[in-house]
Amino acid sequence: MTESTSIQDTVQAVITSLKDKPGALLPILHGIQDALGYIPADSVPAIAQGLHLSRAEVHGVISFYHYFRDTPPGKQTIHICRAESCQAMGGKQLEQHVKDQLGIDYHETTADGQFSLEPVYCLGNCACSPAIQIGDDIYGKVSAQSFDAIINEKKELA
Amino acid sequence: MSISVYVPCDSSAVSLGADRIAAAITQEAQKRNISINLIRNGSRGLFWLEPLVEVLTDTGRIAYGPVQTSDVKALFDADFLHGGQHDLALGAIEELDYLKKQQRLTFARIGITDPISLDDYLANDGYRGLSNALKQSQADIVKAVTDSGLRGRGGAAFPTGIKWNTVLNTASEQKYIICNADEGDSGTFSDRMVMEGDPFVLIEGMTIAGLAVGANQGYIYLRVEYPHAHIALNAAIEKAYAGGYLGNDIQGSGKAFHLEVRLGAGAYICGEETSLMESLEGKRGLVRFKPPLPAISGLFGQPTVVNNVISLASVPIILDKGGDYYRDFGMGRSRGTLPLQLAGNIKHAGLVELAFGLTLRELLYDFGGGSATGRPIKAVQVGGPLGAYLPESQFDTPLDYEAFAANWTVLGHGGVVVFDDTADMAALARYNMEFCAIESCGKCTPCRIGSTRGTEVIDEIINGHEISKNIPLLRDLCNTLLNGSLCALGGMTPYPVLSALNHFPEDFGVTDTTNAA
Repeated sequence: MTESTSIQDTVQAVITSLKDKPGALLPILHGIQDALGYIPADSVPAIAQGLHLSRAEVHGVISFYHYFRDTPPGKQTIHICRAESCQAMGGKQLEQHVKDQLGIDYHETTADGQFSLEPVYCLGNCACSPAIQIGDDIYGKVSAQSFDAIINEKKELA
Repeated sequence: MSISVYVPCDSSAVSLGADRIAAAITQEAQKRNISINLIRNGSRGLFWLEPLVEVLTDTGRIAYGPVQTSDVKALFDADFLHGGQHDLALGAIEELDYLKKQQRLTFARIGITDPISLDDYLANDGYRGLSNALKQSQADIVKAVTDSGLRGRGGAAFPTGIKWNTVLNTASEQKYIICNADEGDSGTFSDRMVMEGDPFVLIEGMTIAGLAVGANQGYIYLRVEYPHAHIALNAAIEKAYAGGYLGNDIQGSGKAFHLEVRLGAGAYICGEETSLMESLEGKRGLVRFKPPLPAISGLFGQPTVVNNVISLASVPIILDKGGDYYRDFGMGRSRGTLPLQLAGNIKHAGLVELAFGLTLRELLYDFGGGSATGRPIKAVQVGGPLGAYLPESQFDTPLDYEAFAANWTVLGHGGVVVFDDTADMAALARYNMEFCAIESCGKCTPCRIGSTRGTEVIDEIINGHEISKNIPLLRDLCNTLLNGSLCALGGMTPYPVLSALNHFPEDFGVTDTTNAA
């Protein structure tokens, strides 16, 4: 089986299992992104067909939401909170440090494919600012030093 | 008999290492052949003390914190399992001033119980509200909520009972209850704490809402940034179904209520109720025109209650103890309690649930202990990214919807973000405009275009270009946003922007104050 057929099979399985829910499009998009890490452009026709929507409508929904992505992410995605509470505790300096350390800007992936970097507007961890999230793990009171330690640990695990 | 040890599962506690502490305590106990019962409770909301470990002793629960993994061995050596003395010992948790001075109604159980234990919930007054509601008529349930004076805790402060009454009186085969759990405001985390720390109280509140208005389907629209809350809610919903508290026959009443969690996808605008419903229907989160009100034509065109997490989580205690009990807390038209969230540059960041009426200054200094950096507090943003910045001269404002409105400020969802004197208010105002541009749904022109032009104008001002021309331009633009936007995103972005400009003109390079007027 080629890689692209297995992607299409995954997409189809997600569509089949969720398409009868009311308002099924977001659950389907989440299902695909959970399984593949992104929503491949060539999955749009299948989703459109499964939900009796136009491809434009499906594309419009994918592009509306910041969380959905149409390119594969790095092995791990780092979300840095840019919101006010984190700014009040040095979030901007942390942002700059992270970008310098990884050598990438927001919406980019490191050359080795290890990390993608995305901004986030609040992780609800405002009592422990500044905050970042890597995968589902949330980190509070993050400093430049603790960020480096976290990243080194993640690299060793990888 | 094993000793009960509590280590919070709250994601803020986890963000500071609570999972590692829990593992280290379990391991150390095994090594020493001591039998312990490790419980992952919610957080008490004293976040500067997290990870906060509690031990149940003969004299109640004794707290230790903030605990690091390197402290665990020493804690065992100090016999913390029996309340032994140690540098991190805080004494009886309930006696800590920060907690003792609070009036916890909605947060009554949080930090005390195991969040996903139905037995624990039932043993701590859980489902008493539902049990009362099942004996009452729909109109009486709505009346109890109306009598309580509860107003929408999401920010808009619309009376919950009136909203419910509209849905009750709108005839339809299908009605919905939506919980708006898209808590996207910076500086707010009370919804998250409820969902992670006491998910059953939200489920119970939604079930009561369903009974009251005749809706048999509920959705919790949860932001994707809250993975821990997602897990906790789904675990609790499963147990509620198994225990007969959700499903087709709630506690043998023959009445049905079903509940499902739906995830958002990183769009702040989906916290606006009509945008949220579009998103639930599987569309782009474009704001709808009102009317029709969601209470008459909401999700899939059906009558729909849309309430915030805290509003719904306040319903069980109202049905348990009566509308009067809840109404007796508070001041003026702000009845009951508000879970305030102290965040940003503050020494004692955390959750403070109080009756309305305390002043902001008391909250900042008596509870918060001043700034975390020890520098003077310059400004406080209350009510999220669409809330105004308050300068020191406004710190005596009582925490009350009307008192805040009279100052051209907003209490909103109760988030309080503190900035010390290093804050650059022009840079913050620029961020507020940029945020509006990033998050605008694009439906109305003032918000879609105005936010981008606003960012550009503030950039000009920051760069010192034609300040005397650009300040009036910024004010004019804010006026357009304020009066011409379809929803609160465009309509309220001028609050932080103009309050920053009005109170801190020097940060914008305005030296002659008449220029700023």
